[in-house]
Amino acid sequence: MSKIGVFICHCGENISATVDVERVAREIGGMEGVAHAIDYKYMCSDPGQTFIKEAVKKYGLDGVVVGACSPRMHEPTFRRACAEAGLNPYLCEMANLREHCSWVHEKSEETTEKAIDLVKMMVEKVKKNKPLDSIKVPVTKRALVIGGGIAGIQASLDIANTGHKVILVERDPSIGGHMSQLSETFPTLDCSQCILTPRMVEVAQHPNIKLYTYAELESLEGFIGNFKAKIRLKAKSVNYSTCTGCGACIQKCPVKKIPSEFNAGLGTRTAIYVPFPQAVPNKPVIDRVNCNYYKRGACKICEKTCQVGSIEWDKEDEIITEEVGAVVLATGFDVKGTDFFPEYGYGQYKDVLTGLQFERLASASGPTFGEIRRPSDGAIPKKIVFIACAGSRDPAKGIPYCSKICCMYTAKHAMLYQHKVHDGESTVFYMDIRAGGKNYEEFVRRAIEEDTVNYVRGRVARVYEKNGKLIVKGVDTLLGGEQVEIEADMVVLATAGVANCGSEQLAQKLHVSYDPYHFFAEAHPKLKPVETNTAGIFLAGACQAPKDIPETVGMASGAAVKVAALFSNDELVREPVVAVVNRLAPPLYSTCVGCFMCETACPYNAIEHEEIKGRDGSLIRTIARVNQGLCQGCGTCVAFCRSKSIDIQGYTNEQVYAEVMSLLND
Amino acid sequence: MSSNTDFEPKIIAFVCNWCTYAGADLTGTSRLKYATNVKIVRFPCTGRIDFLLLLKSFAQGADGVIVSGCHPNDCHYTSGNFHARRRWIAFRSILDLMGVDIRRIQYSWVSAAEGSKWADLVNNTVADIRALGPYAEYQKVADYLEKEGYNEEA
Repeated sequence: MSKIGVFICHCGENISATVDVERVAREIGGMEGVAHAIDYKYMCSDPGQTFIKEAVKKYGLDGVVVGACSPRMHEPTFRRACAEAGLNPYLCEMANLREHCSWVHEKSEETTEKAIDLVKMMVEKVKKNKPLDSIKVPVTKRALVIGGGIAGIQASLDIANTGHKVILVERDPSIGGHMSQLSETFPTLDCSQCILTPRMVEVAQHPNIKLYTYAELESLEGFIGNFKAKIRLKAKSVNYSTCTGCGACIQKCPVKKIPSEFNAGLGTRTAIYVPFPQAVPNKPVIDRVNCNYYKRGACKICEKTCQVGSIEWDKEDEIITEEVGAVVLATGFDVKGTDFFPEYGYGQYKDVLTGLQFERLASASGPTFGEIRRPSDGAIPKKIVFIACAGSRDPAKGIPYCSKICCMYTAKHAMLYQHKVHDGESTVFYMDIRAGGKNYEEFVRRAIEEDTVNYVRGRVARVYEKNGKLIVKGVDTLLGGEQVEIEADMVVLATAGVANCGSEQLAQKLHVSYDPYHFFAEAHPKLKPVETNTAGIFLAGACQAPKDIPETVGMASGAAVKVAALFSNDELVREPVVAVVNRLAPPLYSTCVGCFMCETACPYNAIEHEEIKGRDGSLIRTIARVNQGLCQGCGTCVAFCRSKSIDIQGYTNEQVYAEVMSLLND
Repeated sequence: MSSNTDFEPKIIAFVCNWCTYAGADLTGTSRLKYATNVKIVRFPCTGRIDFLLLLKSFAQGADGVIVSGCHPNDCHYTSGNFHARRRWIAFRSILDLMGVDIRRIQYSWVSAAEGSKWADLVNNTVADIRALGPYAEYQKVADYLEKEGYNEEA
């Protein structure tokens, strides 16, 4: 008979407030096969773990069940404790008494009974558990960073500086991301490009970083330490090994009226273009959608201009494969356009801008060289209105969350405007001012007190055009809901930060979870903010949720440390949750009949054909065998198997049946 | 349909580790309340869930079953949830033919971010099964078959 130890945790009061933990321990103690059952305030604490270790030795336990929080939280903790006491760690299971019981039910008899059932299930499961050995796999010490904004740049540099190789993939023709578009940064008002561009150059010159711009991830296969990434190098139509970046082709290109992505649509660019003067790499690509040659088959002016013959018309997309051990996702965010807001004119008023467009106006490298001018007529606006929370914190618009950066950049915009237009008048409509962060509140106070920005607490109901002015109608809720009407020359919307386009598809390629707004989901909201649920894939920056530059940089360095820690191992220990095909003594060999249904079910090609041969070398049978290096333990093959010959360690049929039966047989 | 207020249905949920189990964890972290009737059995993936388990559960006295995993395209293992979905579509009519009341099987997708959806799913399933009353029919057949030796393992 088995000797199982059961340890019920109070989790402070998190469990004991609604579950009668003493009764759980008492009743489980009376179960068949349970040798020892106790309850304790904090099972995960050092004394708690010591209880487990001592009991394993004292009672010679052959199984341990810890009734505490979610196994997703502390299973490794308790398994390690068991291993330290000499018990195979896979003979330890957890019953989820907190997330699945005490936190979701009121204090009652039923709640305690459910807790007893949950522990019972695990006791029955553990009786069927078998000692397992963890699987060791080698680690490819090379990282893939997706996204070349400040998050990706920081993560790449940090990993590269630990001595490991980095592959940085960027979708656009240049790295730099949103930060390169910003004018000045809060709360110090230093110029964004001045602090970013040296880092961009460092990336390009770093011996450990291989940079692929104008490239996208095609697919990712494999698992932690052993990923295979297919990367699509989009055809640039320019040979970068010969191109000198002189820019003559850009000057001569006749297609000049394409809205510039870098200037958020306010300026124009040519069909062969470098996104911005400080781009890295500073060499052009041809935008095939707008190029005359690709559209109509004639032009080729750039080819005639190019002194070194770098134009490659017939170049096609290329797909390369890179082997990497870890992935950092740093794909950033996007902002909603003005067309998202019917109440603010659906994007039809030229002088209603997004915050990002205003950044371009205020930037020295922007379309107006840093002068604040109206896109409609080029006049300097004398009255300007900033509307915070445009879309954010608005469940009716499907964006209930706070975009976090808008309060600060709106204060910055108003300040920059006041610095540039001395006789100008600026008004900010806001819901609340959220200025949590070092020197942030002081910054907003400075905008209000020193730069005399007029802050009005209230929503703007409508913006419409009348006689060349934008009429802004809002309320001042601090003055008892008094109507406010401003005749403005320009309106800037702090539009909501949203997940970058394509993030859902990327998440599906990588098998990472994402939230309802398509931001990538972290493994734990507090304790694992840079990890994803998929081992070996980490998050950096605004692809997880909107965040400002300091936070992004901190997170990117955090992700880099996780990668470096992973690469400090030569081998990784993987959980032995893999499928196995049973083997029996001759003449049966196995109950496997060799139908290979499992092979059709397996997404990892982990099923191999094993030939069983007689002494004379003649083939007796062909049966399935699982390659444990490839198997990821989904168990789809188990449900497919007609002869029940394949089973998955840790979730065997026997274990699962035992769990189900414990719930019903009483 | 007579609703039986004293009847506390026994419901088993077969869920995957990556989406629904994590989603149910989020329900806990968010302190959303739901009925105590549902007990979760954790699997690596919905693709692992053998439909014989559902039959066995009913044979042993379960009143209802929930199967839930990742949304289509979001499977941690690429395609396990598609296999589970196809299995459910294929088995649904067979189970119906066999006399299993398929209203007692609730098939759903709950992602790791959908804590409130899990609470709703549990509460709605408990209400539905409570309205349907205890499930004795299949159990009786199973008992009969067992007694007559039809279920003997070869």
